[in-house]
Amino acid sequence: MSPRKVIVVGAGHAGGTFVALLRREGFDGEIAMVGTEVHAPYHRPPLSKSFGGPKDGGDRGAPAKWLYDPAFYQEQGIDLHLSETVTSVDRGGRSVTLSGGAVLDYDVLVLATGAEPRSLGLPGEGLEGIHTLRDVGDAVRLDEAITSGRPLAIVGGGYIGLEVAAAARAHGVDVTVIEREDRLLARVASPALSGLLSEHHQVSGTAILTGAQTVGYVCDAGRVGGVRLADDTVIPCGTVLVGAGAVPRQALAEQAGLECGNGIMVDARCRTSDESILAIGDVTNRPVDGLEMMDGRMRVESIPSAVDQARHAVDVVLGRPAQDHEVPWFWSDQFDLKIKIAGIVHGDYETVQRGDPVRGGFALYHLRDGRLVAAEAVNAPKDFMVAKRMLSTGCPVEAAALRDPDADLRGLVAAA
Amino acid sequence: MPTITYVLPDGTEQQMDVPCGQSVMDGSVRNNLPGIVAECGGSCSCATCHVFLEHAPDGAFDEPMTEETDLVEFLEDAAPNSRLSCQLIVSENADGARVRVSTANG
Repeated sequence: MSPRKVIVVGAGHAGGTFVALLRREGFDGEIAMVGTEVHAPYHRPPLSKSFGGPKDGGDRGAPAKWLYDPAFYQEQGIDLHLSETVTSVDRGGRSVTLSGGAVLDYDVLVLATGAEPRSLGLPGEGLEGIHTLRDVGDAVRLDEAITSGRPLAIVGGGYIGLEVAAAARAHGVDVTVIEREDRLLARVASPALSGLLSEHHQVSGTAILTGAQTVGYVCDAGRVGGVRLADDTVIPCGTVLVGAGAVPRQALAEQAGLECGNGIMVDARCRTSDESILAIGDVTNRPVDGLEMMDGRMRVESIPSAVDQARHAVDVVLGRPAQDHEVPWFWSDQFDLKIKIAGIVHGDYETVQRGDPVRGGFALYHLRDGRLVAAEAVNAPKDFMVAKRMLSTGCPVEAAALRDPDADLRGLVAAA
Repeated sequence: MPTITYVLPDGTEQQMDVPCGQSVMDGSVRNNLPGIVAECGGSCSCATCHVFLEHAPDGAFDEPMTEETDLVEFLEDAAPNSRLSCQLIVSENADGARVRVSTANG
């Protein structure tokens, strides 16, 4: 029998996209979505990219961009339970219990609980002035801290840290990025891109410390006054952003006895170890086509992945055959740089650079065994689109042809 | 309020009133129309809101910027009238515009 009652736990990009798509594709049963935040789903990427309050004079506490207008859910017959959490799942009886006491039955349960900032558990972490960034409330507090002009130390040289660094420099704030690894973006970008971005941030006045282990925070007049490093150096600051990655919110899934690792384990169609429970978004550990490490699985923390999974989950609910997966991709905006990455940068690869980092747009194509593994494009949308095409077809790619500055991109795709 | 006609992937048409200042993409998302995915939320990053501008009254929309034309050029089904609907900002002049939504927006 086809499902009539669908409950989604989590009201972020994955959950919001799923419920809208399910209705759009013709599901006419009951849909409920439970979210811990006071807000309906909204776009999170803008939260790390600019500060100084809303440009249109709107409500400072409201998200800059809704995923769907808040009135949308009622119009679509989607029952929103905001400021609520699911406290337990009864898999045998197919019901969930909400923090307010309500018990809701489901035929299909979709877990889209997301991820939260990793806590480093360092001494002084609770001091005033130390921030993490995940939701709009965090962003409002960080916005106030940055516009106050106090020097900013960012613990962790990942994408969120670098986006905030760029946005803070635009307000004239002194910024120091403290990275434990020997380069920025060590886990997610190629050494070549790390180096180029590092230069760009330094030219813009940001101090970058690599190979620097943060061990704690120094208190000054009741609030944070510095970051202490392993060599006992103290980096003076008045605001700290800890951007040390995210951990999946999988406690509910674990409590329900679903198979979990680093994230809730799902198959290519978002199915968990319980046939009535799907999981999508940042909380999931999913198979990724072409990934030649970690058993071909990872947590792909990105909006395109969340949307891809939402689409697959809708097909499962509606009893439709599986579609192809979208090529994983990511974007980041720093200063005037629009960075787009197609594929997952991993393993060993040979890098071919096209374009000129000094003069303008450029792209780094990473090849292994005559095929593209991933490409990183900076202000080079054509290269990004070409790389996505190459990855989706899995066609052979010749380094020599890419290296030729006169080679027409169109020709390279046609060869694909 | 300007009315925009959307020709959907299944060939049917929907007419939607879209407030001035919003994009053709916003009008589609707001009404849960099929075909426009809009992953990036309208920041000209993802090219999942591809439409063909079949009719635009004079002065309806600004010409595309380089970034948009670069993204569009390598879409599988790109055509001379291809646009990203997040960059089609609606004004009173856009009343009566007609877009056909790509069937390949992912």
